[in-house]
Amino acid sequence: MRQDYLEIRGLRVSFDGFVAVDGVDLTVLQGDLRFLIGPNGAGKTTLVDAVTGLAAASGSAKFDGTELLGQKEHQIARAGVGRTFQTASVFEQLTVLQNLDIAAGSQRRRRSLLRARATVPDSVQLAMETTGLTTLRDRPAAELSHGQKQWLEIGMLLVQNATVLFLDEPVAGMSAEEREQTGELLRRVRRDHVVVVVEHDMEFLRAYADSVTVLAAGKVLAEGTYAQVQADPRVQEIYLGPGSRGPGHQAVH
Amino acid sequence: MSGRFGSRAVVLGGYLLAAVVLFGAAPALLSDFRLRLLAQFLCVAMVAVGIGLAWGSGGMLTLGQGVFFGLGAYIMAMHLQLSDAGPGGRPAFMVTGSGLPWWWELFRNPVTAVLGIVGVPALLALLLGLGVFRRRVKGAYFAILSQASAAAFALLLISQQNTIGGSNGLSNFRQFFGFALSDPVNRRMLYFIAAGVLIAMVAVVHQLRRSRYGELLTAVRDGEERVRFLGYDPALIKVFAYVVAAVFAAIGGALFVPIVGIISPNNVGVVPSIGFLIGVAVGGRATLLGPVLGSLAVSYAGSTLSENFESVWIYLQGLLFVLVVAFLPGGIGSLGGVLRGRRRRPGGVVGEGIGHGPPGPPLVDDAGPERAPADARGGGA
Amino acid sequence: MDAVLGQLYAGISLGSVLLLVALGLTLTFGQMGVINMAHGEFLMAGAYTAFVVQQVIGGAGLALLIALPLAFLVGGLLGVLLETTLISRLYSRPLDTLLVTWGVSLVLQQLARDVFGAPAVEVRAPEWLRGNVEVLGVPFTTGRLFIVVLAVVAVAVLSAVLRFSSLGRRVRAVVQSRGLAETSGIDSRRTDRLTFFIGSGLAGIAGVALTLIASTQPYMGQTYIVDAFLVVVAGGIGQIRGAVLAAFGLGVLQAFFAYSQSVSTAKVLLLLCVIAFLQLRPQGLFSVRTRSLV
Repeated sequence: MRQDYLEIRGLRVSFDGFVAVDGVDLTVLQGDLRFLIGPNGAGKTTLVDAVTGLAAASGSAKFDGTELLGQKEHQIARAGVGRTFQTASVFEQLTVLQNLDIAAGSQRRRRSLLRARATVPDSVQLAMETTGLTTLRDRPAAELSHGQKQWLEIGMLLVQNATVLFLDEPVAGMSAEEREQTGELLRRVRRDHVVVVVEHDMEFLRAYADSVTVLAAGKVLAEGTYAQVQADPRVQEIYLGPGSRGPGHQAVH
Repeated sequence: MSGRFGSRAVVLGGYLLAAVVLFGAAPALLSDFRLRLLAQFLCVAMVAVGIGLAWGSGGMLTLGQGVFFGLGAYIMAMHLQLSDAGPGGRPAFMVTGSGLPWWWELFRNPVTAVLGIVGVPALLALLLGLGVFRRRVKGAYFAILSQASAAAFALLLISQQNTIGGSNGLSNFRQFFGFALSDPVNRRMLYFIAAGVLIAMVAVVHQLRRSRYGELLTAVRDGEERVRFLGYDPALIKVFAYVVAAVFAAIGGALFVPIVGIISPNNVGVVPSIGFLIGVAVGGRATLLGPVLGSLAVSYAGSTLSENFESVWIYLQGLLFVLVVAFLPGGIGSLGGVLRGRRRRPGGVVGEGIGHGPPGPPLVDDAGPERAPADARGGGA
Repeated sequence: MDAVLGQLYAGISLGSVLLLVALGLTLTFGQMGVINMAHGEFLMAGAYTAFVVQQVIGGAGLALLIALPLAFLVGGLLGVLLETTLISRLYSRPLDTLLVTWGVSLVLQQLARDVFGAPAVEVRAPEWLRGNVEVLGVPFTTGRLFIVVLAVVAVAVLSAVLRFSSLGRRVRAVVQSRGLAETSGIDSRRTDRLTFFIGSGLAGIAGVALTLIASTQPYMGQTYIVDAFLVVVAGGIGQIRGAVLAAFGLGVLQAFFAYSQSVSTAKVLLLLCVIAFLQLRPQGLFSVRTRSLV
């Protein structure tokens, strides 16, 4: 089986002179559940924005041999790079099925759009099963719980055929049980996807991260397993100041 | 129409009922005068059906439908005047001596006239839509630009006294594609055409709403950015609905001309353009039948009241806007639900308020640099 | 050369009018994302205030000087009334605000018609505003010059208030981050009302100024509102600098178009210019990000 990977080299983003991301190199392989952490202002979300076309950046971000920087959002999405947002942004007025069906359909021929959906596409059915939303198929997304909305978003990325998934704080505001289910979901998903999770929740990180990249002030500060990163004094310093116990008890938000 | 119906019997029953009322009951019960008035309302309702699609389903508040209504109407009016004048003839209102402008000549032929009625507004809507939506101009900006287009269009018409009748507009049509307009039978035929066309438009919107396209349009209304990240180009999705709405408005305008007998800048400017929206808002912008029924009801109320109490009607119009939009954004149809306390969330309304947190424009709810990319994205791209 | 200067003056004068009308809009639109279609009717109310004052007092010069602050008050109070009764309920629905305020504007127009009658009423300009001054050898009517001065003063005062007063600090804070401003103890509701008062009051002043060059009638607000909105759109919301540039830019552009073409063609060309401008610089619009509008 071919292994996909995302390769970022020398990524740099600046706004009006403020450098938010400053020469970041990052490689994420398929099967590796990568967490991206760092204090507020470290440039995590900016990095995701840059790779998904929301912020202009210099450097390079390649997936599957395709340069992503400089392309438009929808082109990047079609190239197989998808993302979620900090606030769940599902289509509230549409049902779970409709949400997933739209996500699955960006490659549909234009004329077929003018017809109603005849059957549930296989990929949509599969995504509902993976995310555990099958029974909520015909519910408007507005009626879903916070956690269910996040799962729906992840499901939308799956049917979208995104191979690279950027998840921006997926478990923020979730109950303990929902976190656990989300973690299991991410483990299922990572097998055949490149997954990058931006997250502040250290408990969640400890439980599910395969590897961690720490950003600070726009640069990569450390990279490795949770244990390696936690042991790094520079990481301890930016999180809690000198002499701290590591990032484990940090309440960032 | 093909495909599955959710509840086929109800839908078919609905169309059957509409056909019975419009083709059977109305012509049987109404006097010729009233029937003609109803035909006029049907033309206005065609504009409303299009607005329902663009605004209700698509969230595009278009305050310039008068432009498309006017284009359809004026093209039809030019054709009727030319056919009245006979081969090689020129319209009576024109000053003798000045030549017939080339763009009049285009619509002498009935085929090109019909093509023009559909094609010219469609093309304009396509160009405007692409120009505006591609650059992600939306919401209030789009509304203001569309309103300015209506203002400019009306001014342009008024200034062209010699070529298009100026503020008097075009009137005194004698025949409609060879049928004398003085003949009550032909007038009745016009009514039937309008009724048939309106039902067909509702059917088109019905199909669009239940299609995948309709779901996409709603998705764009509620989260344009999100749709973009799913790999679609929202501009194209919006432009399509905008063009359909423009064509509907143009056809409404084209039929308005032989039915009412006059078209003037008064019918196409800022005020009538926004007037088209009252019925849509009253009936329920995000529903299939709300725009049609609301528009018909408002037209009826307007003509009844303004015959006798013009100022009362204007106050009522203003109050309708205020009360319905502010307190019943789902339209009159949602009144029952609101009264019972089951607050439904009417479509277009939710779409505008996607932003969470406090209202007002600068919703930078996290001032840290982490949020900076999203806030500065206008400058970035 | 004289013709060019003449058109330039016409453009500057038109620009000042647009600026006076758009200044208040910039404030309310910029701060609250509210599209107030009744702004034009506040202007009309200002003009009728000038009319009433003149009827009561008689002397045109004194009446004008009294009418200016009074019209500010009338426009401002109407604005606050509108803000508290309707607009404050609709902050999360900016497009609906547009329609609701349109309804209000219909009612106000009809009200003016029923009270003052449909035909235009006469507001006499004072003696000292009826002549011409020559600037660089080309005549400029003093009435128009007065409006230019008024616009400049309004911009200066407004900028100063926003920059130096505590109200200004509150307004800017709320514009930049409503949530943050609230947590720092700023009553954003009160700030909103004050902003609306000032913005609408400016419309009242613009109305008085307009009596010098245009007829005072119930529909006068409509004549200017669409152009004023174009100014706001082209200038970028919440940006006084932008409004000034856009108002004079559009004013001069229209004057020159109107010189070579007709007035109506000028309007069409102007609209095309704004749309073309948006193609080049849509980001000019989004200088303050508004999640609800953009």
